[in-house]
Amino acid sequence: MKININAGSVFSDLKILVHNGKQYIPDVTTAEVPGIYRGRPIIKPAIPANPAEEQQLAELCPTGAIATGPLRIDLGKCVFCGECQRKCPHRISFTKDYKIYATSREGLIIKEGDDKPMKIDPQQVRKEIRKYFGNSLKLRQVSAAGDNSCEWELNASGNVNFDIGRFGIEFVASPRHANGVVITGPVSKNMAEALQICYDAIPDPKIIILDGTDAISGGIFAGSAALDRSFIESHPIDLYLAGNPAHPLTIINGIVNLTRGK
Amino acid sequence: MVPIKIKNNQRIQEKDIPVMPYDEFLEINTGLTADTYFHCVQYFAVQHPGNLKLYCCIADDTTEHILVSACEVSITNGHEYPSFTARNLAFHAFEREIHENTGMRYADHPWLKPLRYPENRKDKTLTMKNYPFYKVESEELHEVGVGPIHAGIIEPGHFRFICNGEQILHLEIQLGYQHRGVEQLFLKPSTPLQRSVLAEGIAGDTVIGHTTAWANLWESLCGFTPGDDIRHARTLAQELERVAIHTGDLSGICTDIAYQLGSSVFGRLRTPVINTFQKWCGNRLSKSLIRPGANQFPVIPEFVKALDDLFTEYERDFYEMYDRLSKLPSALARLERTGTLTTAQAERIGAVGMVARASGMLRDIRWTHPYLNYGRIPHQPIVKYHGDVYSRTQLRRQEIGQSIRYIKAMAQQVPPTSQPVVLETPEANAFALSLTEGWRGEICHCAITDATGRLAVYKIKDPSLHNWLGLALAVRNNDISDFPICNKSFNLSYCGHDL
Repeated sequence: MKININAGSVFSDLKILVHNGKQYIPDVTTAEVPGIYRGRPIIKPAIPANPAEEQQLAELCPTGAIATGPLRIDLGKCVFCGECQRKCPHRISFTKDYKIYATSREGLIIKEGDDKPMKIDPQQVRKEIRKYFGNSLKLRQVSAAGDNSCEWELNASGNVNFDIGRFGIEFVASPRHANGVVITGPVSKNMAEALQICYDAIPDPKIIILDGTDAISGGIFAGSAALDRSFIESHPIDLYLAGNPAHPLTIINGIVNLTRGK
Repeated sequence: MVPIKIKNNQRIQEKDIPVMPYDEFLEINTGLTADTYFHCVQYFAVQHPGNLKLYCCIADDTTEHILVSACEVSITNGHEYPSFTARNLAFHAFEREIHENTGMRYADHPWLKPLRYPENRKDKTLTMKNYPFYKVESEELHEVGVGPIHAGIIEPGHFRFICNGEQILHLEIQLGYQHRGVEQLFLKPSTPLQRSVLAEGIAGDTVIGHTTAWANLWESLCGFTPGDDIRHARTLAQELERVAIHTGDLSGICTDIAYQLGSSVFGRLRTPVINTFQKWCGNRLSKSLIRPGANQFPVIPEFVKALDDLFTEYERDFYEMYDRLSKLPSALARLERTGTLTTAQAERIGAVGMVARASGMLRDIRWTHPYLNYGRIPHQPIVKYHGDVYSRTQLRRQEIGQSIRYIKAMAQQVPPTSQPVVLETPEANAFALSLTEGWRGEICHCAITDATGRLAVYKIKDPSLHNWLGLALAVRNNDISDFPICNKSFNLSYCGHDL
């Protein structure tokens, strides 16, 4: 009798599967990130007050994310370079908490003494979001002059490790199939119209998510004459995901927290 | 007159660059590049009231030198100059940029298509919307337009195909959507930290490649020679970045031929590599790792251990998966003889980096113009000769193996950590040029300072500037359904091109 020639290949596929083992993170809400990841910062009060030191920190920050009186960090501007912590470890320390997101710009500002997890207030979420998108959410991504790091991490959030698909969240090709748009990048003039056309093509109700520092505030590109941020300024934003780029766990937890309250 | 010879990362006085009449400038530079061992790494114009100063930098692959010459031309009289491109196509993007930014007119440039529609372009009546794409009048042919927004999560660009049935006859690529004015932002009064963060954003998938070029250049301008530990860490990071992105690309290639197992396994294998960057510097894309004058994140024994653990597991699963892929007839049928860029085409367009090496060209800055510790590594570029998708796939596999060997050797010899140094202000009226070989290929940063030592000119070149035309040529006569796999195998940068 002839041996099925495919048997060998099926066997090697199985071997690969066994060797790779289980790769998914079982619980993405509690998983710990490896290494020295810089997530939600904590600012300790100075005793006695030290305005000179605070001023130095504000001047050090490359994107003007640090303001004084009281000392605070705007995670929508922060590029998470960690220089402030390096300069004043007794005042600022970045924790490994990757749940850094908010439904408003003000919600991204961490003040002196704040040390609470950043949770989305259900009162701030439009009713239709949880009603319609809690179990299934299709998103269209628009890279509007993104540097390909946020795009990378959005792709990573769908890989076998992070698997955002388990929550019924999926990135789709057409805006007609989408319930919202995820914007990366500071929005260049040359992408402004395409972004608007894409958004207009999404049926109502729809949401807007800004992913990463560049999208939220322009980041290091803020103030460039080559940008056109009028879309961001004139539309309601439902979710801000902080990071440079936002970590896949930030992306997943942020969206799930928005749409399911978990 | 002869161009001045400099080495990679060497600082000179701007006035020492010989200024020639245009005819001589043209003859010398196009004459040099007629030989394939010479290629143009940077050619740009600086605008002065009433005239332009052109700087041309030609790399000599045989002597580690870069030959720099300059020329002053008047553009107010409407004079048309003979183009470099008419003699050597590899200059096409540089001259298109010069024309777009300054209005310099060329008598015989074959195609002055706008390069990236920058904010500060000369002619604002030219817009992305009114651009006349190349057309073929025929009832049998049809056009397919794709982008700027693509089906997946990738950067924007527009592809206009002219097809005969399923077959691509011609592809025209329109870029510029990603333009953020990076070169202008470099000139704003800023701290070195701000510019480092900016360099990290040139192309967020090539953080080490671009930030190393920036840091090496800035240190050269400031007269600082990085110590052993800084050079060691940057070299190691450069190779680790290559491993990470090449692995991700292999996953992407499998995705585009609908090979789920390869896509998943290579995708998951990238995760521990970029997590190793996070263990090192706190960011998966290695942002914040490289800063001028400092070794902020020393290679500590714990990190060496992390590298060791990483590669023990990685190599076993990687080679098992790659061997499976390379023996799978249904995968090979999609990869072999698809998207071929011939050696002759690659040489003609001045291809660089991985794309050039997959098409039989020996082009690798680590080998020809060594920087950091590359002079100490007996590096021999890997070259493939078919120029098809499979060559670019095989090249990635072999380069991953090579980079891992280099990293393992470097992890054995970690120099003691030096203290961070506050750099002096840059030398006044200086010129410096820095080349690195990022995972995509040759990156060039070039700067000129003014009389007070401030940055007056900052020019950035991503390898994609050369290689996009290679993609357009490679897809000809392929089925349009093979475009994604061709595009992925090149994996060029949109933001690195558009700046």
